Amino acid sequence: MSAASGEPREDAPAEEPARRDEAGEAIAVRRGMFGANNGGDTTGYGGLVRTVRLPGPSERPYGGPRGRSGHGEFDEVADELEGALEEQGLAPAEVIEKTVVDRGEVTFHIARAHLPAVARTLRDDPALRFELCTGVSGVHFPGDAGRELHAVYHMRSLTHNRLIRLEVSAPDADPHVPSIVDVYPTNDWHEREVYDFFGLLFDGHPALTRIMMPDDWQGFPQRKDYPLGGIPVEYKGAQIPAPDQRRSYS
Amino acid sequence: MSNTQATAGIRETTEGPVYDVTGGDWDRIAEEIAKNDDERIIVNMGPQHPSTHGVLRLILEIDGETVTEARCGIGYLHTGIEKNLEYRTWTQGTTFVTRMDYLTPFFNEAAYCLAVERLLGIEDDVPDRANVIRVLMMELNRLSSHLVAIATGGMELGATTVMIFGFRDRELCLDLYELITGLRMNSAYIRPGGLSQDLPAGSVDAIREFVKKMRKNLVEYDKLCSGNPVFKARLKDIGHLDLSGCMALGITGPVLRSAGLPHDLRKAQPYCGYENYDFEVPTTDTADSYGRFLLRLEEMRESLRIIEQCVDRLEPGPVMVGDKKIAWPAQLALGPDGLGNSLDHIKNIMGTSMEALIHHFKLVTEGFRVPPGQAYAAVESPKGELGAHVVSDGGTRPYRVHFRDPSFTNLEAVAAMCEGGMVADVIVAVASIDPVMGGVDR
Repeated sequence: MSAASGEPREDAPAEEPARRDEAGEAIAVRRGMFGANNGGDTTGYGGLVRTVRLPGPSERPYGGPRGRSGHGEFDEVADELEGALEEQGLAPAEVIEKTVVDRGEVTFHIARAHLPAVARTLRDDPALRFELCTGVSGVHFPGDAGRELHAVYHMRSLTHNRLIRLEVSAPDADPHVPSIVDVYPTNDWHEREVYDFFGLLFDGHPALTRIMMPDDWQGFPQRKDYPLGGIPVEYKGAQIPAPDQRRSYS
Repeated sequence: MSNTQATAGIRETTEGPVYDVTGGDWDRIAEEIAKNDDERIIVNMGPQHPSTHGVLRLILEIDGETVTEARCGIGYLHTGIEKNLEYRTWTQGTTFVTRMDYLTPFFNEAAYCLAVERLLGIEDDVPDRANVIRVLMMELNRLSSHLVAIATGGMELGATTVMIFGFRDRELCLDLYELITGLRMNSAYIRPGGLSQDLPAGSVDAIREFVKKMRKNLVEYDKLCSGNPVFKARLKDIGHLDLSGCMALGITGPVLRSAGLPHDLRKAQPYCGYENYDFEVPTTDTADSYGRFLLRLEEMRESLRIIEQCVDRLEPGPVMVGDKKIAWPAQLALGPDGLGNSLDHIKNIMGTSMEALIHHFKLVTEGFRVPPGQAYAAVESPKGELGAHVVSDGGTRPYRVHFRDPSFTNLEAVAAMCEGGMVADVIVAVASIDPVMGGVDR
């Protein structure tokens, strides 16, 4: 594990539990409890602070799916990808920002400018051959400054029976990610969906229009700052608030 | 003919005349169109059209009888399920995902629960019995989904007997769902960590009876359709999409297998113990609607084989993980007012143990926390690869859930399948994709 990810768990004294709060990458800080964010703290939980940390970068060897350790499938994919990128004159360290192995799945965080090159390499290199892209999924992390919008791609290789994940991020201020429709035509609708829900602009998409919401819809509904909406309902004499107004456990 | 419909009529626009057709006014419309010698017509089919499998809108540019361009308009059934999930607990999530593709509820639940279980790190702790019953329910579901695909596909051709047979046999599946889960549809039966309840008494016999009956009934589809000259004439070489087309468009499921590639996640990346079952992955190399119809029949036979093996493999045991911080505290039982917490459990929490009451209350209202991270779990649904991308921020609610629904991706093939063909064949091609708009729009 790198220095950024804090104390390695293996070195911690056996009787002391691993310190969860220092490992991984902080993306948000949650305070209090029960969603009481404005006004005085009547819950008594106002002092509660929880830093949300996603799994941080992993060190070699990456291992393989389902928690296999040692030099495994993920290392093979990483080696081939790095080699192929070098052949194209790209420095792997610049293209692949970090590699995260977590819960038996591998995620390559790609610098957004290089996404089309990586996608093309993944599809065409015989040793990689990720023929099937299962589309793109957007995630909004408002607290992850400079990397608020994430686009997550899952690539499946039928030839080698492998699955990897690519993750690309863009800031809210400049929500642009290159489109990979010309490499994977299947992403046509998927990219439109992410645009529709997150406002992420896929540069080079042949017709980036809304797909689920009406064409004249204002706003991007799946963003975290977009309210769910709803009205309070009465049930057996009691007022039940709308789902996004109910008590929540932060 | 005078026009009595309020919305029907002819308008001149800059794009050309627009004809609103509401049914019953065909003669007048045909007359008007005949006056215009422009053969190029854009037909808006749907979103309310009985032949488009729900609220799918097809925009067809036709030249005479030939489709020159075909586009899909979707989103008419968008219900914001993915957004709603972010405001419920992880367990409540199953009641939402089960409503996505409403013909494959158990697959949606399984994909979601597998992803949540991976995030929790309890994949290997799910009891064997729960896994066997999950496979059992998914294969029953494959049958009922394929039956609807064949039934509605037949109806759209005017083969109403196929429709009657299909829905008759699907009813047998729904009866089993009702017996086992308490609900015919939207059961929320598969839960993170296991199942909501064990098989009730008598269900094994009912399943065996069902398999026997279905074996007999499946033959009828062969007798009625396979090799039937009229049926073949409508389906053969229609909706053609070859392997490279499938790969480029990300098509999976029967459409991909009809192009000759035996790709099935149950074999490639087994989940829920599929590696322990003996079954074949049928393929054809015709890459057309007829091949897909034959494939679905064949897959149903394989599903029956798996169901039989499931029943044989059933061993007594728990159906939920042992971890009391995750497992739903109550066992469900059928009371006089429907399915609910069992009386024994209520007696315990209300009369005996205050700690049990607190535990029940905390787990039901607050739910469990899932460590931060993301997971992708995919299952082979009757329509193809159904994937759930689930992200947690360590809270009691999902941070983001995205479903990669196979119907959504497969619908992208409409243009490739229909352009250059006849208008009447669009229906056949779309039916062979078997899209369900609940899953497409979510």
